[in-house]
Amino acid sequence: MKKNDIILAAAIFLFAGLLSAIIFFSGNERGSFVTVTIDKKVYGTYSLGENQDITIDTEFGHNVLHIENGSVSMTEADCPDGYCKRQGKISTEKETIVCLPHKLVVEIRGTNTDDGQTEEQTDGQTDEDYDILVK
Amino acid sequence: MNNFISMSKKISACGLLVALAMIFSYIETLIPINMGLPGMKLGIANLVIVTALYLLGPREALLISLVRIFLVGFLFGSGMSILYSLAGGLVSFLAMMFLKRTEKFSIVGASLLGGAMHNVGQLLVAAAVVENAKIFYYLPPLLCVGCVTGILVGLLALRILPMGQKIIQNAGTL
Repeated sequence: MKKNDIILAAAIFLFAGLLSAIIFFSGNERGSFVTVTIDKKVYGTYSLGENQDITIDTEFGHNVLHIENGSVSMTEADCPDGYCKRQGKISTEKETIVCLPHKLVVEIRGTNTDDGQTEEQTDGQTDEDYDILVK
Repeated sequence: MNNFISMSKKISACGLLVALAMIFSYIETLIPINMGLPGMKLGIANLVIVTALYLLGPREALLISLVRIFLVGFLFGSGMSILYSLAGGLVSFLAMMFLKRTEKFSIVGASLLGGAMHNVGQLLVAAAVVENAKIFYYLPPLLCVGCVTGILVGLLALRILPMGQKIIQNAGTL
């Protein structure tokens, strides 16, 4: 074991730390729409405002998305690994749920179409005020 | 030192290490560390690859790595899983070979970079499959996990390496 090994490890951790800091401080706006993409094509866009279950059946497999109180989670999936079900609830624009075996990506969008109004001040956003955001 | 090993000894050593790497891959599937992070695993099969890299050389290590990926993929995986392992395995191998070439790092350094780069390779394939750059949000945790498991594997390899060298020496003089 050499000193360079430790420097290398520290560099990787530092890089990962910086990257996660950037991710942590960006894209924290709560979205109001959720877009499902399957095999690079948009499958559908749904409002986060209403609580609903979205069943997705394609040639790749079966998934069920659960929307409740402005956050989305994957509740059913017949993929072999089931990682998507463990990715938990997502509600901010930077978060995704990915089901790689089904080539499925769930993204949160601020507006229905891209690059509409950009994010306003988001200081006072607490976890409870999604009702206001959703309107 | 490699000159001491005849061709047949080298082939049998490679075969042995492929078998070992396959067993490690299988053991890994039995250890569930599923934290919702795709591609997160212990990477103990890399113990064989990194040891082979230092013990036998880059060509042998690459051969063992490729044979292992295809055999394990065909036995337990699918076409997609071969693609992911292949990307991870190749990127990780290139990184480890490069570090060994510089001679500024020990086997621990090679192993930890290999572990981190393995995950980078897999993420690249994943991003290409779904054509979505947001997948790279998984990069920081995967880098850290790869680095930590890489260090553990590297420390093990550091202990194993002298034993392997001894075996090769004995085999050469037998």
